Amino acid sequence: MNPAVETIVSLLILVGAAFALLGSIGLARLPDFFTRLHGPTKATTLGVGAMVLASSLHFSTTAPGLSLHEIAVLVFLFISAPVSAHVLAKAALHRQRRKDDR
Amino acid sequence: MKRLLPHPALSAAIFLLWAALSNAASVGALAVGALLAVLLPAVTRRFWPDTPRLQRPGVALRLAARVALDIVVANAAVARRVLGPLSRLQPAFVEVPLDLRDPFAATILASIVSLTPGTVSIDVDQTRWVLSLHALDAPDPQALAAAIKARYEAPLKEVFAC
Repeated sequence: MNPAVETIVSLLILVGAAFALLGSIGLARLPDFFTRLHGPTKATTLGVGAMVLASSLHFSTTAPGLSLHEIAVLVFLFISAPVSAHVLAKAALHRQRRKDDR
Repeated sequence: MKRLLPHPALSAAIFLLWAALSNAASVGALAVGALLAVLLPAVTRRFWPDTPRLQRPGVALRLAARVALDIVVANAAVARRVLGPLSRLQPAFVEVPLDLRDPFAATILASIVSLTPGTVSIDVDQTRWVLSLHALDAPDPQALAAAIKARYEAPLKEVFAC
């Protein structure tokens, strides 16, 4: 493989891994539910995004033909991540309200 | 044409997604993609209440580029906050009064808010047209609301003309 492409792929994987780690650190460190929600939703966007780009680039340059499944993964993630975050946040609000009522 | 493809944009998206999934390898795969692009919107027709028309594709592309860039920038900002002293964080619930009056556009706005790090949208109130969101660190909630309106809502309104 071309060393330039190899460097870019490595960098993307490192960036992806770093943000996945940061997301987890956020999940562990942040004090309450709502702030914790920010950690993992972010890890998916840039963390997985960078990994997936690295995979696409790697297999497009080593195997014949373009490798585009990864783009589909990215699209599905970007559609589903906000929805799950939204549902979690809403559920938490409802529970909180029920506790306040009692 | 309108009967066959009630949602041309959705059909195009399905076709491209299918092409990506199958790595666009063969004519057969593309034919299946085309078939799905016609069938799926027809079958799921009732799930799509009047989706607004894409009026300005150029503005939509620019908005997508801006969101992608913001995701990267804001990720770095959130990373700094997560690693820094937590006591300095000022989490806040913020209400953003909306100017757009379209459920589809409002959903897209809420998704953009959730995708850009540091903010998660919690509810879109479609009677008062208010988007509530939670911000990880918002010393000035008013400024955040204004920024969201200017950066994302204004172009969205232009894209869908609503």
